[in-house]
Amino acid sequence: MTEAPILECRGLTKTYGSHRGLEDFSVALPAGRIIGLLGPNGSGKTTLIKLCAGLLRPTSGQLYIDGMPVGPDTKSIVSYLPERICFDVSMTVEGVMAYYKDFFADFDEQRAKVMLEKLNIDTARKIKELSKGTREKVQLVLVMSRRAKLYLLDEPIGGVDPATRDYILSTIISNYSPDSSVIISTHLISDVENILDEFMFINEGKLILYNNCDNVRRELGKSLDRFFREVFRC
Amino acid sequence: MPWDFDTSVPVYLQIAETVRRRIVSGEYERGSQLPSVRDLAVKAAVNPNTVQRAFMCLENDGLIETRGTMGRYVTDSLESVEAARETLAQDTIGAFCRRMEALGYTGEDTIELLKKTYEGETK
Repeated sequence: MTEAPILECRGLTKTYGSHRGLEDFSVALPAGRIIGLLGPNGSGKTTLIKLCAGLLRPTSGQLYIDGMPVGPDTKSIVSYLPERICFDVSMTVEGVMAYYKDFFADFDEQRAKVMLEKLNIDTARKIKELSKGTREKVQLVLVMSRRAKLYLLDEPIGGVDPATRDYILSTIISNYSPDSSVIISTHLISDVENILDEFMFINEGKLILYNNCDNVRRELGKSLDRFFREVFRC
Repeated sequence: MPWDFDTSVPVYLQIAETVRRRIVSGEYERGSQLPSVRDLAVKAAVNPNTVQRAFMCLENDGLIETRGTMGRYVTDSLESVEAARETLAQDTIGAFCRRMEALGYTGEDTIELLKKTYEGETK
């Protein structure tokens, strides 16, 4: 018996007025992988992630997470990192942590504390007093401290310095468990390609290609970054 | 520091190669415990599944073995390590010969040049 895919889209479509954010998108992703959602700006990455997180409703088509339609049940097993900071910036780091603890039964407070301590982040400080990089780290620590089945990370490494990038990627590697899955959306492909098992190329709301990263390297003898540049040449 | 990879070759093969070299060079001693999949994944900054796959390659080669819940160990067998050393040496020499041929050297020229280089170094 094969397990239910962690994420399954069937003919998923989302339109904004006359603009198509996502068009007839179908894919079934197996559990236990780190999967890159790769595409140029405006290709529909954030739309797909927001649909999975239950923040947008599909115009048509179906979407299942761990075999369940998106709803309150799936929100309890999905940990979502938005593109922009979603906290009330006047709250302290401690306050946001308490918020997470109240909201999510699977939040591992101890783990979050250990990670924040390692980063030398003073939890008594307010979010608005932190630098952009530190805010992103705090947000990622909270998201990765949930024992979720599916992590949805929308541009987790955008706009931070390379050392912070390394920290964020190693936090992802060391915190996800082998039976949970991570979907990372980004256009910074060379930075993430070594940590991905599989990738989806998406453009103009459509799935262009879903494949294993090492297959591309073996069969085409080129990096994912290079392949991406060729596929999406402007 | 994340390891450097040749981005056009499957990453698991490169990790297997690095671990193989470490075993042959004695950095990972015979019979000693290997780092866990997770630790190595974090150090190299790669996906744990990729490290897992690399370890499976090395297990098939008989260079490492899983001891129940104790983790993975470098083989005790001197034979297996020597065989791996020989394979690596042949690969290295093969690649060197191809490069010399590309420069227009025949096998004899290359051998002659090699001798001179070694003699020059010992003087």
